[in-house]
Amino acid sequence: MNWEALITTLELASVTSVILMVIALPLSYWFAFSEWRWKFLLEAVVALPLVLPPTVLGFYVLIALGPQSPLGRFGLAFTFNGLVLASVLYSLPFAVQPIAAAFGAVERKYIEASWMLGVSNFETFFRVIVPQSWSGVLTGFVLSFAHTLGEFGVVLMVGGNIPGVTRTLSIDIYDQVQGLNYASAAVTSATLLIISFVILSIVYGLNRKVWFFAADRRHREAV
Amino acid sequence: MLLIADIEKRFEGRLRVEASIRIPYGPSTTILFGPSGAGKTTVLRCIAGLEKLNAGRIVFDGKDWANVGPQRRPIGFLFQDYALFPHLRVSENIGYAAKHSAESVKTIASMLKVDDVLNQWPAELSGGQQQRVALARVLARKPRLLLLDEPLSALDAAMRDHVRSELAHLLRTLGIPAIVVTHDWVDALTLGDQMLVMSSGRVLQVGPPQEVFTRPQHPEVAAAVGVETVVTGRIRRREGGIALLDVGSAQLVAADPGGEESDFYVCVRGEDVTLEKGRAEQSSARNHLRGTVLQIAIAGVLTKVTIDAGFELVALVTRQAAADLELSKGAEIFAVFKASAVHLIPKAHA
Repeated sequence: MNWEALITTLELASVTSVILMVIALPLSYWFAFSEWRWKFLLEAVVALPLVLPPTVLGFYVLIALGPQSPLGRFGLAFTFNGLVLASVLYSLPFAVQPIAAAFGAVERKYIEASWMLGVSNFETFFRVIVPQSWSGVLTGFVLSFAHTLGEFGVVLMVGGNIPGVTRTLSIDIYDQVQGLNYASAAVTSATLLIISFVILSIVYGLNRKVWFFAADRRHREAV
Repeated sequence: MLLIADIEKRFEGRLRVEASIRIPYGPSTTILFGPSGAGKTTVLRCIAGLEKLNAGRIVFDGKDWANVGPQRRPIGFLFQDYALFPHLRVSENIGYAAKHSAESVKTIASMLKVDDVLNQWPAELSGGQQQRVALARVLARKPRLLLLDEPLSALDAAMRDHVRSELAHLLRTLGIPAIVVTHDWVDALTLGDQMLVMSSGRVLQVGPPQEVFTRPQHPEVAAAVGVETVVTGRIRRREGGIALLDVGSAQLVAADPGGEESDFYVCVRGEDVTLEKGRAEQSSARNHLRGTVLQIAIAGVLTKVTIDAGFELVALVTRQAAADLELSKGAEIFAVFKASAVHLIPKAHA
């Protein structure tokens, strides 16, 4: 078991999903409530990583970070920070889609009720929209974490395979298999499998129990 | 005028709302009355700033609201199903508007008799409690104008009568002008000082509710209000669930509405009145009034017969029935209707 790779992986997933929350919350709000007619184009761009081969995304990120590009001077290629940047792009739809769906499901009357009580859009976002979308926000966070855990192609393209810096568990498994070290690959694979299963169980478990959905349903039935 | 609203609002391919409303300074309740789809709620939403006008203006206390967002309008908006935040407890709902101290939340809650449910969730409350919590939340903002969108429609019939009289009392005590949207004529008579009848996006008639109900100036108004006879009456005697009323120079029997009041609006729908040539020997109907025909008018497939029976009573009968009865102006006729067809609405605010 390569502990160094496990730590790198968890670190990458944590940093990526925290950054993704900062980006995905406002972006999801815009997706859920904007009436701009060309919005669908941006939605398609954000969803691209779902269908593109990771190598394609990785290739473009690598070029963007290369010495010829304006971003090149930050020296991000084959570094942990470069890897974070690529992961954020790669996992963006996994954060944005559940959060935007949850925001869109918040009934408009609650938002309007907040406005009519003199509360600003910004405050309404944190006092009404986010609390009522709690399960969607959590799902977005956990899915982007879990998705980053398992990425391979982008990491290989952008991060290279530098032990302790950019070598993640998925790359480590590939290396071990290439070196015919099946026993070690099996242990690492099982570790990744268990971590992913536990995380997804938490997501589904919490979504099932989220109290205010039940409360709201009771409310609607009562009315 | 506290509020001058000239509203023109278009929806793609749908209703176009064109309405003018004036609300004077001082306490008064204005009813926006009409069938669903008449554009009543749209008018409220435009005044609140939740819908943008296509043309027109809204001037509040001398200030044009064209560029004032909904958050900055001193309006208390009561949503049709109250829109209590399901993720907040009752106390947090009431204190939502501003940073209210626990004390001021308690004061408002006790005024609306919801101080014993402050720690509960909205979903745990009855419909009547939800309405009072929503009102408390609205009043906590100290609004200068109340907009109530169908405040009683989310309640079941038994609850509605009770909550309606509570609301009437509250609106009188608060002294805040209010606009109330309803399609229920009992609400209109109980709560309203002034009434606007809307249909298909337009205001058809404006006036005190009783006047509008008895003298609809437009066939659409008559159809919208659906009550042809509204007169004042006084209970003379109550016994065994029955109330005996003096109405004009006639006496009517009605189901005893309970309570202490003695002055009522007496409402009878034209369809509930049967006309007879002579007095029937035996009938389950308690009211048999002798009268003379004052007026006969065609009203769609029906004939509207106005009778002087000690007060002006309107009957709606089919044209065939009118022909069979050989009705003519000045003819003597008996008007018959059940005690249960007489609706009594307390006239407390008059």
